[in-house]
Amino acid sequence: MAVVNGKDHAALADVFNKDKARVGWHDETLWFVRQKRDKAAHGIAEWEQLRQTASDIKDHVLSRLSQYLVEFETRAKENGIIVHWAADAEEHNSIVLGLLQKAGVNRMVKSKSMLTEECHLNEFLAKKGIEVIDTDLGERIVQLAEEAPSHIVLPCIHKKKEEIGALFHKHLGTPAGNADPQFLTEAARQHLREKFLTRRVALTGVNFAIAETGEFVVCTNEGNADMGAHLADVHIACMGIEKIIPKREHLGVFLRLLARSATGQPVTTYNSHFKKPRKGAELHVVLVDNGRSRQLARKDFRNSLKCIRCAACFNTCPVYRRSGGHSYHTAIAGPIGSILAPNLDMRQYADLPFASTLCGSCSNVCPVKIDIHDQLYKWRQVLGKEGYVPKSKELGMKGLAMAVNNATMFSVGGKLGRWVMRNTPFVVNNGMNPWFKQREMPEAPKESFREWYAKNRKEG
Amino acid sequence: MSSRDKILAVVAAAQPDALPLPQVGIQPEKRDVVAQFTAVLTGIGGRVWHAADRAEALQRLQEGYTEREQVIVLPDHQDVVDTSMLDPHLLRDVDLAIITASLAVAENGAIWVTDEALVQRVLPFITQNLAVLVPKAALVATMHDAYAAIGKMDYGFGLFIAGPSKTADIEQSLVLGAHGSRSMTVVLLD
Repeated sequence: MAVVNGKDHAALADVFNKDKARVGWHDETLWFVRQKRDKAAHGIAEWEQLRQTASDIKDHVLSRLSQYLVEFETRAKENGIIVHWAADAEEHNSIVLGLLQKAGVNRMVKSKSMLTEECHLNEFLAKKGIEVIDTDLGERIVQLAEEAPSHIVLPCIHKKKEEIGALFHKHLGTPAGNADPQFLTEAARQHLREKFLTRRVALTGVNFAIAETGEFVVCTNEGNADMGAHLADVHIACMGIEKIIPKREHLGVFLRLLARSATGQPVTTYNSHFKKPRKGAELHVVLVDNGRSRQLARKDFRNSLKCIRCAACFNTCPVYRRSGGHSYHTAIAGPIGSILAPNLDMRQYADLPFASTLCGSCSNVCPVKIDIHDQLYKWRQVLGKEGYVPKSKELGMKGLAMAVNNATMFSVGGKLGRWVMRNTPFVVNNGMNPWFKQREMPEAPKESFREWYAKNRKEG
Repeated sequence: MSSRDKILAVVAAAQPDALPLPQVGIQPEKRDVVAQFTAVLTGIGGRVWHAADRAEALQRLQEGYTEREQVIVLPDHQDVVDTSMLDPHLLRDVDLAIITASLAVAENGAIWVTDEALVQRVLPFITQNLAVLVPKAALVATMHDAYAAIGKMDYGFGLFIAGPSKTADIEQSLVLGAHGSRSMTVVLLD
């Protein structure tokens, strides 16, 4: 089974679950974000039409992706943008390194880019002696803590303000014990402003790239991507090849959906359209495959590539909210991450499609209508067939399959289970039973529904 | 084979049969754009004022600013002098920047500007406070209308700004003034 330091999702969730108060806070806070999303969505009468249109546009893009990539490249070059192609993470990282070396610098600022997390760019550059400063506040916090982001929109949602205060005291020299969000944000503003003003290379992610015009759009609330890009001599924008949309007018659809789905805001504060380099500056775009073409070839899983990274599926997921982002041990956690990661490495991420109740809430909130819970279910079949499911789970599943396929065994098994729960509850009410964790076992009914129905039908 | 050609070949082989490109036929209901713009921008931490003309707006916006503070007022047409070669770092101490936008969106409180209206792209971010003059007639209802107005416009850099810079990264507590401007005031001109 997939492991990180010997631990899979369930084991890592156990670590997170040790602090009950924090789990409760995490759960409630993300649910609050989900409610803000609902309020924003319900304020738009044509919301469902928007989702359908966005979904259809993305389906169309995936069906003509090679053509749109060429169109984007052609237009971008006409605009003066330098376009690079990277087949995998390694090539992406070496392209970025090459650009830094060419610029003759050993430090840069970077705004949020889940792609660079996926490629482990920071670790790679650190080994080459290059200092990278993450400038999104949440990302800077996890960087100072030497951790990975636990959420793609709210990178340090797993941290309490007191911990952030302590980190800032240690690294930025703020007074010990000060954990006021306003004060800490101001300290980060001053700290990062100096970085923006002194770094000559800035790297950003890309939210949307438009084939028709060769421009790309970056969305932030903090303004950090722009502070970096407009003050630097060299701007490097890194994007997965699935970020292409056909026309500029399609931004109307996606920008209406993105922030409302993510945080419940009507739109992100800054929506920057980069079409040409600033006079005297360089603008680079790195188009990265890194397994996306492989996912595109998987009929059952290709539409995971429609994702616009809003994280609505994280915020609504009962498993994510109670297990925390780090339990997913991958750059993109949550339900969408659990269908993207097995494509990158089936063995390492075989546990993730099982980190779900298949309740379907993720699919219901997805602004581009990805059938996330169906894909989680389908990954389980694929992983089972390929031999990546652990024996214990396989035996349990086989046992259950046998029981539900055999009426006598099902009825005897049910009777036995109810008798055990009524007469020897200690057999199930203990730590050996994963269903007993964080909850009481229910009182077992005296008879099964089938018995009740047989009796009552006769009486009726 | 270059990575480019390899990626394009693999993608072409992997992509399914072509699906149609949908028309964006979304027609939101009519609304009072001034009222909605005001309510939404106020709701996300911005301010909305009204003024009869540009002169009145500029006077009110600069009230309270002393000579020791840096105020940049950009003309409504950037035809005076090409300042795009200026070092953007020179703008590091700007306290107030007043710019003019020719498009604003009621549904999300956003204003649209391109680098022609900015002197330097970094200006609306690096300034401590941002003010934007917008003729009332420039208000449209939704982002669909906004992109219809932008059309095929050629620009180097285009930008929607909706409110002051903000973050809620620390325990979801909303703080205004993350890295960009701490405040945003839109003055609607009659």
